[in-house]
Amino acid sequence: MSAGSGNKNTEPWGSFDDNLIQGSGSAVIDMENMDDTSGSSFEDMGELHQRMKEEEEVTEEAAATEDHEDGEFLGMKGLKGQLGRQVADEVWQAGKRQASRAFNLYANIDILRPYFDVEPVQVRSRLMESMIPVRMINFPQKIAGELYGPLMLVFTLVAILLHGMKTSDTIIREGTLMGTAIGTCFGYWLGVSSFIYFLAYLVNAQITMLQMLSLLGYGLFGHCVVLLVSYNIHFHFLFYVLWLLCGGLSTLRMVAALLSRTVGQTPRLLLCGTLSVLHMLFLLYLHFAYHKIVEGLLDSLEGPNMVPMQRVARDVPELTINATVRSLVPLLRAH
Amino acid sequence: QASADANRPFAGLSDVSISEDIPVEGDISVPVGPSARRDDEFSTLDEPVKETVLRDLRAVGKKFVHVLYPKRSTALLRDWDLWGPLLLCVTLALLLQGGAADSDYQGGPQFAEVFVIVWFGSIIITINSKLLGGTISFFQSLCVLGYCILPLTVAMAVCRIVLVAGSGSVSFAVRLVVVTASFGWSTFASTAFLADSQPANRKALVVYPVFLFYFVIGWMVLTFSPSQ
Repeated sequence: MSAGSGNKNTEPWGSFDDNLIQGSGSAVIDMENMDDTSGSSFEDMGELHQRMKEEEEVTEEAAATEDHEDGEFLGMKGLKGQLGRQVADEVWQAGKRQASRAFNLYANIDILRPYFDVEPVQVRSRLMESMIPVRMINFPQKIAGELYGPLMLVFTLVAILLHGMKTSDTIIREGTLMGTAIGTCFGYWLGVSSFIYFLAYLVNAQITMLQMLSLLGYGLFGHCVVLLVSYNIHFHFLFYVLWLLCGGLSTLRMVAALLSRTVGQTPRLLLCGTLSVLHMLFLLYLHFAYHKIVEGLLDSLEGPNMVPMQRVARDVPELTINATVRSLVPLLRAH
Repeated sequence: QASADANRPFAGLSDVSISEDIPVEGDISVPVGPSARRDDEFSTLDEPVKETVLRDLRAVGKKFVHVLYPKRSTALLRDWDLWGPLLLCVTLALLLQGGAADSDYQGGPQFAEVFVIVWFGSIIITINSKLLGGTISFFQSLCVLGYCILPLTVAMAVCRIVLVAGSGSVSFAVRLVVVTASFGWSTFASTAFLADSQPANRKALVVYPVFLFYFVIGWMVLTFSPSQ
């Protein structure tokens, strides 16, 4: 069909124009440019669209400049003015083209689109599975690479944290409640993911950054549940039980997934030990730092063995005055 | 033969002549999109400021009515504007400001905090709905989310009035009911506009962040306590 391309243009609608698709006259269809939604060719598709748009723009511009040149000849002064305007116009067009190309390449949210391609049932089943450790550690476990669930869980954790901070009247000196909550949750998710990914890179574990983000994000589901319960029911014993149970289960799930993708005893110990310590301690920190425990209840339940962490204390004016007086008095006495 | 005719569509009219006694009348103005609007803008430059402001206020007020009685209509989406959301955001932030007048007590949200929460929350929800395959544009979504804060702003005003009367458990119960009702109203109103632009099986994925967003705002409204 495309053997003698160019001279068989009998169809009024332009027939199969290979030049448009490939940019050359070959009859072989380049698989790279096929429209598939596997997610790996999005940059290619973006570039292809950009190339086609640019071709259109160039032909439009050529037509526009042709029309302009066919205009009247205004003499030498007019010519310089026209030339200057044309040059300025072309510089503007070139700059705009560069900027729009850069914008389309970097600010293209289509790059993230495949990571949000989920159904509600999938999200629900992944949430349930995040609390169930899988025993198979000799073969790499499948980790879903999606970002919708983890992102929503981080935001839910922020909301729960706000609730806890409000009900306990946490006083924050530098910064705001909202800023602290968002900073803590996102900092944990992104920071610990990057750190564990870096360790995994060092010990050559088979896990990608996306999978790590997804794994840790879903591991926060246990945290959300525990904090939701413990911020409303102020039973210390209940919190410890839930900390071990839910925190432990979600940690075990993450650890098993990591174990299945790491080779060697020491790397496994390093990676999984770090992750479990960080994950469990984070839950402990969230409970104690943002939630003032009712003193009487604490004493009545298990004795004063655990002092609640408090934020920066207020300055007490009397103490500072006393301190300055005490430091000044010897000076005065010396004279 | 056919192609020759196609190239010269008015070829058959070359022998028609218009005599001068037949008056030619009619309207030959062709509605062209951009230039007509540009003419409009130039003509509104000379009108008094009061008229411009009133026209914008009337458009905002019409959209408020659409939010209060949410039906499946596209009026909010067709001519979106961000004046309404700005007005509502500023009003809400000002109403939430009274409780944090004392600088030592930083538990209440600051003005900038409310602004940041509303606008960045809306932006994140919009990006999320676009990534999930939504057909709505960026600013249309911002417009809808901003306008649907209206019930919560009304609830904030009611809460402040109730708090003037007293701050016991009765007033807390009343405020809880009011805030919960307005939060449900906001979520329902915004999903009436937003959910239509999503594929059918993914509506829940878009509704959840909207629910969370209005929940946080409702929580800020409910836990507001005026400074003694």
